[in-house]
Amino acid sequence: MVAQNIGFAIIAAIMIVGALRVVTTSNVVHAALWLVVVLAGAAAQYILLAAEFLAITQVLVYIGAVMVLFLFGTMLTRSRIGRDSGLNNSYAKLGIPVAVVLFAAMALALSKSFGTEELPTNGSLVSTQQISDQIFGPYLLPFWALSFVLLAAVIGAIVLARKD
Amino acid sequence: MIAAAEALQTLSSGWFLEHAWLIPIIPAIGFAIIILFGKKLPMKGSEIGLLSMIASLVLAGGTAMQWIDRVGSGAEGQFIAPVVRTWNWWQIGGMNFTIGQSIDGLAVIILVVVAFISTLVQLYSTEYLNGDRRYTHFFAALTLFSAGMLAMVIAEDTILLLLGWEIMGLCSFMLIGHWWEDGANSRAALKAFFTVRTGDMGLLIGVAMLYFASNDWTTEHLGVSGFSIRGISAWALSGEPNSTVILVAAVALFIAAIGKSGQFPLHTWLPDAMAGPTPVSSLLHSSTMVVAGVFLVSRLYPVFFTGFDILGTGGNLIMVIGAITIVIAAALAFVQNDIKKVLAYSTVSQLGYMMLGLGAGAWLPAVFHIFTHAFFKACLFLGAGSISHSASHHSFDMKKDMGGLRKVMPITFTTWIISTLALCGVFPFSGFFSKDEIIDNVGNNGYQMFMIIGLLGAFMTAAYMTRATYLTFFGEARGASAGEHHDEHATAHAAHDSHDSHDAHDAHVADHGDHGPHESGWRITLPLVLLAVLALSSGLLNATPFGEKWERIKTWVEPRAEVVMETAPGGPGHSKLLSVPSAAEEGHHDSPCGSETPEEGVCYAPQLVHAKFKWSKAMLSLGIVFLGIALSWIVSTMLYTRKDKRLVGLTERNGVLRSGYNLLVNKYYLDALYEKVIVKAIAGPIAAAAYWFNQNVLDGILHAIAAVSRVFSGWVYRNIDQRVVDGTVNNSGKATKGAGGVLAPVQSGKVSQYGALLFSAAAVAALVLVIINS
Amino acid sequence: MLVNQFLFLAALLFCIGVYGVIARKNAVLVLMSIELILNAVNLNFVAFALRSGNADGHTFALYIIAIAAAEVGVGLALVLLIFRNRKTISLDDLSEMKG
Repeated sequence: MVAQNIGFAIIAAIMIVGALRVVTTSNVVHAALWLVVVLAGAAAQYILLAAEFLAITQVLVYIGAVMVLFLFGTMLTRSRIGRDSGLNNSYAKLGIPVAVVLFAAMALALSKSFGTEELPTNGSLVSTQQISDQIFGPYLLPFWALSFVLLAAVIGAIVLARKD
Repeated sequence: MIAAAEALQTLSSGWFLEHAWLIPIIPAIGFAIIILFGKKLPMKGSEIGLLSMIASLVLAGGTAMQWIDRVGSGAEGQFIAPVVRTWNWWQIGGMNFTIGQSIDGLAVIILVVVAFISTLVQLYSTEYLNGDRRYTHFFAALTLFSAGMLAMVIAEDTILLLLGWEIMGLCSFMLIGHWWEDGANSRAALKAFFTVRTGDMGLLIGVAMLYFASNDWTTEHLGVSGFSIRGISAWALSGEPNSTVILVAAVALFIAAIGKSGQFPLHTWLPDAMAGPTPVSSLLHSSTMVVAGVFLVSRLYPVFFTGFDILGTGGNLIMVIGAITIVIAAALAFVQNDIKKVLAYSTVSQLGYMMLGLGAGAWLPAVFHIFTHAFFKACLFLGAGSISHSASHHSFDMKKDMGGLRKVMPITFTTWIISTLALCGVFPFSGFFSKDEIIDNVGNNGYQMFMIIGLLGAFMTAAYMTRATYLTFFGEARGASAGEHHDEHATAHAAHDSHDSHDAHDAHVADHGDHGPHESGWRITLPLVLLAVLALSSGLLNATPFGEKWERIKTWVEPRAEVVMETAPGGPGHSKLLSVPSAAEEGHHDSPCGSETPEEGVCYAPQLVHAKFKWSKAMLSLGIVFLGIALSWIVSTMLYTRKDKRLVGLTERNGVLRSGYNLLVNKYYLDALYEKVIVKAIAGPIAAAAYWFNQNVLDGILHAIAAVSRVFSGWVYRNIDQRVVDGTVNNSGKATKGAGGVLAPVQSGKVSQYGALLFSAAAVAALVLVIINS
Repeated sequence: MLVNQFLFLAALLFCIGVYGVIARKNAVLVLMSIELILNAVNLNFVAFALRSGNADGHTFALYIIAIAAAEVGVGLALVLLIFRNRKTISLDDLSEMKG
């Protein structure tokens, strides 16, 4: 057992706790901050998986940009900054069996297909250059599509949120 | 040159040496416990901090004993291999990063110092911070600091070193800003953090450069990665490295050392860091954390040795910086009224001595000076804290609130005097043996000019410490120490620049507000006495004047510069010795390490020269020290007690003296340079450019896009939506209406319920699929 | 490191996200739960990328991050619009689609 596994376990535990708090806390701002914990944990897991470029992107885009959007959203919609008991549905309990069944299905499938398969430790690293070769090579078309989606999102967000 | 094998001994080891990695782990766990449960514990977490430090101290002591055994078990002149244990930390893409311990003499001596002083400071803090509102957090940060420092000291690789280094920086920030309600304190914390960070970039760059430069060589020859410190050391001495690469790497690392160890020109943060509580100043900002830069240089010494061509002709960057620091910091200490700032500048100046020593090839004296300096400087700071705690109502102003304290605080006074004499380098106190060795070796290695600067520094040290001692303990009692009530000084205190205003936060004031000055309690005096005993005696561990038998630290700590043959890549634990030199004689060296490329095998340390002790040279420096003490005593008496007309106000009357005084009071205008010129020059244009870009470019683009999209959507609405889509929808709507009626009850219109249905359907379907497939 | 340790973590995050989508009433919190789900998917992609040793997974994870950013932008704009028109962002009150 290498120290990586210990690191994984610690980060995973933090992420799970954080995710649970995101969906259970009764304070919108706290939920956003717990989400930061989960997202940062995901970035750390990417590092463990040798995806440093993704990890940095995760931090920049999610923690940097998306979280700010969330906090603005919270502020502009005048959600109560503080405890708010009215955040859950009346039928929130319904979510628990759904989530459990879903997890059971996935756990069954995963343990059957991958069992105790190890990740390779001596494979070659994926360099940032390779990622860019992929984006501007075989996956250029999705990249264009994505660019249009982003453009549409920019326009859409402006049109939707404009005052008049 | 190949020696007979029987001359080699198997080195002994032991449980403590093998398990030295526990030393930083224990405080790290202690930190977690304090943070999580500290406030619920009976002593608010301080007992955990104290216990974990005591455990670390015991382990460090055991490690030291077994290291001494290990050195004893080696043959004369045999390379004493460090006790290395590594674990896989990271394995990815064919690369394997390890984390681990490497215990050698340098690590052991610093471990003992850090664990010992941390323990005493924690004990001291239990009384000093009694009743503080962030008592628990204080101990948490203090314990985390010790964990970081100890981890850095035992580090086998530069990554762990970097980790410990950054933890220390963080704790330094937290502890300086402990009383952050006061704006001055949080400003000081930020200043310290940013200044040190400026240097830290150098560490990051240096580590990365060394890795990329040395990785191939170390993997091939030693089977370790380019992060391994011993791998880098061997590489630096192998004759392999490109001289430009290693010079740039050494400069980058040295910038980090400048930042951390408060060397010129980044020394400005250290005096401001005195805004923190006194135990913090004593532990972090005098005895342990600030020597991290010196430790870095001594740890990666081969890199600096090769990079800067130490022992070559002419000076090098380390020596120049060290020498400048000694003089300018000592000069600044003369104009301070705050006792802690005097000590802070004194620390900066002493760190300059260590750097000067390292730069001049006096490795062992510099490391020994870390050892002795830690004891007497910690003692001085704790003494200053004791005065402010029990005598001067939390003021540190020597001119306003101290004076004549020698009678009321006999223990503090005695320990202070011992430590001051040690700092000045008076025989036989510990500072004499270390500081004089540095000055002596600098001269012996051919750097006469730097030796003179060292002697000048010794003179100035003696003089400003005498001034501080006189103002604090002699003369008539002034202000708070004269028993005047605190309130009368409230306005005066508010005008002081930094930390004396923290007394408002301390519930303790109320307890003592009505007594006059008195001696502190045992939890304060016990550490003082222990440190004073060590300030008095620790120099004897390497007392060169008494002959070679007394040079114990030299035997235990200095790595022997021998060519080592690695039989199996992966550990010097399996190494055997290639050459056994004849008994080491003064001035006779046959080790090629550092001077030429070893033909086979590797070197881990360069061969250095030791000056032969001569009483004539020691008498010269002792004479200078006594001259400094005497002169300063006479001037202080005339100026502060008799108020001699010729001296009082001299700095206002004489033009030359006035400009010199102003230069010192304004700290050479360095702060103004950094804050007004550099920061403004960089931040101003950037902010202006960003604003212009925002106003003119981004807004324009946004407006253009919005306008275009409005036109576009209008066209879509008129032509597509109204004509095509509506027609289709109207027809299909009619068809759907019938089907919709059946499912109407499900359509509650609530999005979350739709989501629940969607996901539960998906879950059930997935479950079915899984079960069918199995 | 096992492949499964990452996949199980992702699965768990996914299910927590699903629970959040179902249980939450506040629209901003629902969007946050969707972020959890997207991150779980990303984690899977990256784990599989390491397993297969090529950069495809990384590329798609990057695309997902970009899409997620767009989604949050538009989603929050929608929420803002709803709030402006109805002074609430409780999804329970938005039942025009009731059949």
